[in-house]
Amino acid sequence: MMKFIRTLLKPFAAFFEAHAKTHYRLERHSMGLTVGIIIAAGVGGFIEIAPLFTIDDTVEAAPDMRLYTPLEQAGRDIYIREGCYACHSQMIRTLRDEVERYGPYSLAVESQYDHPMLWGSKRTGPDLARLGEKYSDDWHVRHLVNPRDLVPESVMPQYAFLLEAGLDTDSLPDRLAALRAVGVPYTDEMIANADSDALGQAMPDTERSDGVFERYGDETAVRNFDDRPGRLTEMDALVAYLQILGQLTDLPEQTQILPEE
Amino acid sequence: MSVKDRDPLTGHQTTGHEWNGITELNTRVPRAVWFFVIVTHVWALVVWVLMPAWPLVTTYTKGLLGTDQREEVQESIAVANAIRDDWSSLIADLPVDEIRADPALMAPVNDTAHALFGDNCAGCHGSDAAGGPGFPSLVDDAWLWGGDADTIMETLRVGINATHPETRYAQMLAFGEQGILPRDDIRTVVDYVQSLSGTGAPADRIAAGAEIYATNCASCHGEDGTGMAEIGAPNLRDDFWIYGGGDEAMFETIWGGRQGWMPAWEDRLTVADRKILTIYLQDRAKETAQ
Repeated sequence: MMKFIRTLLKPFAAFFEAHAKTHYRLERHSMGLTVGIIIAAGVGGFIEIAPLFTIDDTVEAAPDMRLYTPLEQAGRDIYIREGCYACHSQMIRTLRDEVERYGPYSLAVESQYDHPMLWGSKRTGPDLARLGEKYSDDWHVRHLVNPRDLVPESVMPQYAFLLEAGLDTDSLPDRLAALRAVGVPYTDEMIANADSDALGQAMPDTERSDGVFERYGDETAVRNFDDRPGRLTEMDALVAYLQILGQLTDLPEQTQILPEE
Repeated sequence: MSVKDRDPLTGHQTTGHEWNGITELNTRVPRAVWFFVIVTHVWALVVWVLMPAWPLVTTYTKGLLGTDQREEVQESIAVANAIRDDWSSLIADLPVDEIRADPALMAPVNDTAHALFGDNCAGCHGSDAAGGPGFPSLVDDAWLWGGDADTIMETLRVGINATHPETRYAQMLAFGEQGILPRDDIRTVVDYVQSLSGTGAPADRIAAGAEIYATNCASCHGEDGTGMAEIGAPNLRDDFWIYGGGDEAMFETIWGGRQGWMPAWEDRLTVADRKILTIYLQDRAKETAQ
């Protein structure tokens, strides 16, 4: 075996010799070594950045793509704060078993407005990319309060405190403005009304909720998500976010062959 | 000290650095490491040519194999659909009775039903379909909207109080919160309703409760308390309770009202899926009844 490898490497003997010599010389010249490091790191950087050149080719066009409302965005921030992504992915891969279980595979455009994206790769719990409107608000609230009430074998932690925690809406205009700075097309009006819209989305049949429909479309889910009228909690925000997952565009359902049983 | 110095023990060159008499060997990278570096680089070159790899300015190299994972998964789903079409189109078209009579169709029903139920229904109704507080049991005789196959299929399709435009709609009023009934009246009518399914209470309270019931509850739950399946008003005589039949739970139900929500499954599950679940549920209910 060793003899075979040696025979195989023989033609490269001159290369090894040259490599050893160059390396030896390079290490003894600090400027040369610096330039070498910059070139090596540059190659790595290029390979990471180059795919972005084709981003227009990669991200599909979804004309019906809607934005996260301020309440959903606040819920998304809570999702990140609580580390939900550590156990739940939001990325249905292009594999038949995943499509059979979770629904159409995820498209790039679906996370177009996600900053940061929450695709994840670890699935202690199930993938959540198509969770929206699969279960009732009540189910989500009770499941977050104590997952084992509904799924006895669950290992998910309890998030009952979200029901007691009032939602911070004051910072929402700033949060939306920050998202606009990185390319999410929120309008001035959306940013100016962000805190009112967050309240309105959990207060059906009020003037505030009319504003939500006006700015974010008639299909926006305006409900009292945690069933506790009169108080906007972090539970409202998180459930609103969970109910929008996979609902931002119909493109995947429209363009893919879906499993039929 | 010359850089050409060799270590007398190993014969290797030293780097020429020296710290208090300690010198550093300038050992070459072992051949075996080179071997694997070369093999992996050659392999990478092969893959670069065969698979989609290099980003160009407006597009990318597609690779000689023309591999596209999206196309691959679509093809595999289309193939699976074609295989399943032998039975799935029959299940979608035939009435439930005929499916039941055909063992060749019942085999795939039995194979897929439990997984379908586990993925979609068990979250609320439990993996044994026995429900829990707030979520109806599907294995008892009580069906809110009716337990025949067509009704179950329709409930699955449009859901209850869901976002589907044709969804079934039902709401139990909040008699207490809305100021329709005072607390005492609610307690009285709770006693009466409990007596319908056989719990004892003083005769005068039952009589008083019956009066309150007749004016406030009978329009939905029926004069005799057997409910109205067409509007989703539950039977109160059968001793099956979604939100609990104890004093406290029933008070809460009448005080604050109830409005369950079953999601609509038309967009998520095909007709065949929903029929398989219908057959599964009817069979489970029958098994449990025996």
